Amino acid sequence: MEHPLLLLNLVLEKLGLGAFAHHYPHVVYTWLLMIVILIGAKLAVGSVKMIPSGAQNLLEAVIGGFEDFMVDVMGEHGRPYYPLIATIFFFILFMNWFGLLPGMLSPTSNINTPLAIALVVFFMTHYVGIKEHGIHYIKHFTGPFWWLAPIMLPIEVIGHCARVLSLTLRLFGNIMGEDLVLAILFVLAGMFFAPLPMMVLAIFTSFVQAFIFALLAMLYIAGALEEAH
Amino acid sequence: MKKLLAGAIGMLAVFGLASVAMAAEAKVATEVLVELAQLFTATVTAAGFGIAIAAVGTGLAQGMAVKGAVEGTARNPEASGKITVTMLIGLAMIESLCIYALVIALILLYAYPMAEPVAKFLGML
Repeated sequence: MEHPLLLLNLVLEKLGLGAFAHHYPHVVYTWLLMIVILIGAKLAVGSVKMIPSGAQNLLEAVIGGFEDFMVDVMGEHGRPYYPLIATIFFFILFMNWFGLLPGMLSPTSNINTPLAIALVVFFMTHYVGIKEHGIHYIKHFTGPFWWLAPIMLPIEVIGHCARVLSLTLRLFGNIMGEDLVLAILFVLAGMFFAPLPMMVLAIFTSFVQAFIFALLAMLYIAGALEEAH
Repeated sequence: MKKLLAGAIGMLAVFGLASVAMAAEAKVATEVLVELAQLFTATVTAAGFGIAIAAVGTGLAQGMAVKGAVEGTARNPEASGKITVTMLIGLAMIESLCIYALVIALILLYAYPMAEPVAKFLGML
């Protein structure tokens, strides 16, 4: 497919990093998203007041609400893992939404970004399980009866690896598919603003995919925390 | 990949001329070209049918999910918030199965793994 016009690449070409930006645009846009999120958060809660107003109010509502939802799903002992889950959610959400702006690219439309986040969730799950249960974490993989263990162990291991694959492919497929549809509609009927209804749908599905990724991360960590059956 | 696409179609177009211009020596080459053209056709057909069949299953499954959610809301309108959230999560899970099929179809169309060896074999890379 033809390469889209990327604003950040134009900026970086002036700085001499054009070749790097051309080959790895998703890395460059991840940096941009990191800067945007950090600066945005810093501006919103620069001076924290006792009676919130404006951006602080909005952030408190959103983050507090999401934390309540997470404790609903995971139980009270899952509360320490909220920073990871919230980072996953907001990072993926902003990455997905930013790709809809003209001249911008979603880093999640390249398979490496969702794969990286899915691997983080995978290692976190096992780290949490081992920290919580020690050596008895292996009981999660052996099934309900001891004589089922030789069959259940490979199946569970494959299932855990399939989790990484499914998380990655779900997010990557959705966002890349939406990018592809927008590009094709633009080529076919750009003069009649054909991509516009798809962009409205894309706003919704970007939110849903970020939410689903965070929800599945919550469920996997909760599954590692709970007692084995 | 685009080169292979254009090259294969071009080869098909001048297929007749090639077999007339070059005589016995070109027979093996044209047979190979026919096989490659068939491989290309099969790949594109598979991509099209793959995603179509996946969409059928996804449509049925998501329909059943929405049916359950609407029935639940009709029985108990107070729980409509929770039911809607659960329904959306279920829809996203089902959608992901169709997305797997879409990724395979896109790999077949745009990132066909044998594209480079085939293009090298045809002397086009």
